Amino acid sequence: MNAFVTQKTEGLKKHHELIVIGASWGGLEALSAILSPLPKDFPLPILVVQHRQRNQLDSGFFIEILNRHCQLNVLEPDDKEHIETGNIYLAPSNYHMLVEHKGALALSNDEPVHYSRPSIDLLFESAAESYQENVIGIILTGANQDGAEGLQAINVRGGYTLAQDPATAEVDTMPLAAIAAAQPDAILPLKDIASFLIKFCKN
Amino acid sequence: MPDSHKDNELELDLFLEAIYRKYGYDFRSYSRASLRRRIQNQLERFKLDNVCELIHLVIHDEAMFIEIFDHMTVNVTEMFRDPHFYKSFRENVAPQLKSYPSFKIWHAGCSTGQEIYSMCILLKELGLYDKAQIYATDIDHQVLEKAKKGIFPIDTVPLYSQNYQESGGLYSLSDYYTARYDSIIMDSSLKKNIIFADHDLVTDQVFSEMQVIICRNVLIYFNHSLQDRVFRLFSNSLDYGAYLCLGSKESLRFSSCHPLYKTLDNKYKIYQKTEQHEPFPLNSNNENSSE
Repeated sequence: MNAFVTQKTEGLKKHHELIVIGASWGGLEALSAILSPLPKDFPLPILVVQHRQRNQLDSGFFIEILNRHCQLNVLEPDDKEHIETGNIYLAPSNYHMLVEHKGALALSNDEPVHYSRPSIDLLFESAAESYQENVIGIILTGANQDGAEGLQAINVRGGYTLAQDPATAEVDTMPLAAIAAAQPDAILPLKDIASFLIKFCKN
Repeated sequence: MPDSHKDNELELDLFLEAIYRKYGYDFRSYSRASLRRRIQNQLERFKLDNVCELIHLVIHDEAMFIEIFDHMTVNVTEMFRDPHFYKSFRENVAPQLKSYPSFKIWHAGCSTGQEIYSMCILLKELGLYDKAQIYATDIDHQVLEKAKKGIFPIDTVPLYSQNYQESGGLYSLSDYYTARYDSIIMDSSLKKNIIFADHDLVTDQVFSEMQVIICRNVLIYFNHSLQDRVFRLFSNSLDYGAYLCLGSKESLRFSSCHPLYKTLDNKYKIYQKTEQHEPFPLNSNNENSSE
C-alpha cells in the first residue's frame, strides 16, 4: 500500500458543478485512463489543461485520440464557449483557458505562467473564483509545478481536491507539488480515479 | 486575500470605474477572468495588499496609471501570426477583392503593426496593394507609434520568416525589410497606403463602408456583451458581401450578429456578410455588466 493514498469523504456531500483537470508530461495516457470510462450521461462538464509544446502537435491529434476513447464529447473551445454537461473542453495549445463566469469559458494570450500556456493554475484559480466550493480539481502526472497553486485556490474556496498518487504517475513532480501545496482531499492511483468520479458525481 | 467572490468583484468594479472616470479608458467590460489575473500581477509587482490600495494610487498618481495601463492590455503579435490564416485569406477573400476597382481594409487592434505589414506584403504579392486603403487602429497610442515606424527586433526574423513561408509567401521576407544593427525596418512602400489612427472599440464609432475588417485576438479580451457591441459596430462598418476576419479561437457563434454572416473558414474564422440590415444602435458601452 502506498503511503500517499488517502480519501476524505466529508467533501463529497457538497453539490458539485464542474471538474477541472491539469496534466503535463505523460498526460495523454493518464487522461485517457480517467476520461474514457466516464459514461455518456456523466453529470458534470470537464475542463482540461494538458501542456503541449507550441506547434509540436496539431491539437486536432489530441482531440482525435481522446474522442476515439471517450464516450463524452471532447472539443477545443472557442473564446466565450458555453460550458455544457456532456462535454470535455481541452485548452487549445498556446492559449490560456479560463472560466469567465459560471457557464462560460474565456481564452487569453496573456503571458505564460510558470512557463506554461495554457496554465493549469489560471484555469483552476478562475474556476474557483466563479464556482467557489462547487468545483472538483484534479492534478495528474507532470514534470513541473503548475497546478499546485491552483489546487490550493480550490481548497481555500472549499472545493474538492484530488491528486494522482505520485507512485502511479509517469512523472511525479506535479502531483507531489500539488500534494505539498494543497493537502488534497483525496490521493488516488490512476486506475481508481474514474470509478471514484463516477460514484462521487452520481447525484 | 479577500474571501468572497462578490467582494473581489466589487473591488475590481471600483478600480475599473476609477480608471474610466479619471482617464477615460473603459476596461469595465473586459473579460474578467484574465483582467483579474493581470491586476493581481500588478498588486504583486508593487507589493500592495489589495485592489483598494491600487485605486488610491491610480487616482492620485498619473505616472502610476501609465505604468499599469501598459499591463492592462496585451500586445502579443508577430508577422504572419497563424500562417494558415493568410493562406486562407488568399483563397477565400483575395479573389473577390481582385474584382474591385478599390477597397478598404480596417485592421482593428493592430498593436505594434506586425500583422498589418504582413497583410500589406500579401496584398503586394497578389498585385492588390495599389487598390487598397488600409486603416490601422489601436486604443494604445504608444503601440500605434511603434506600428507607424515599422521597426522590429532582428531576433524575431527567424520566426517571422518561417511564418511567411508557411503562409504561402512567394518570395523571401527579406525582400520587404532592411536590416540595420539589431533591427529590421519595413520597406516604406508597404506603408504608403496605411492610415494609422487612435480608435477605441469600446467607446468609438464606425469606419464606414469597409470591404474587409481584420480584428484578430482582440475580442478575446472583452466580455460577451462588449463583444456583441463590437460585432454590431463591425456589421455597421461592413458593406454587403464584405469580409470579417477574427482570431482562430474567436467566434461569431455567440453573437446576435451571427445570422448576418456566412462562414467561409471555420478554423481560421473568416466570415462574409451576406445580409443587409439597418444600422444597429451603438450606445457607448452602457450595457456594462460583468457577464
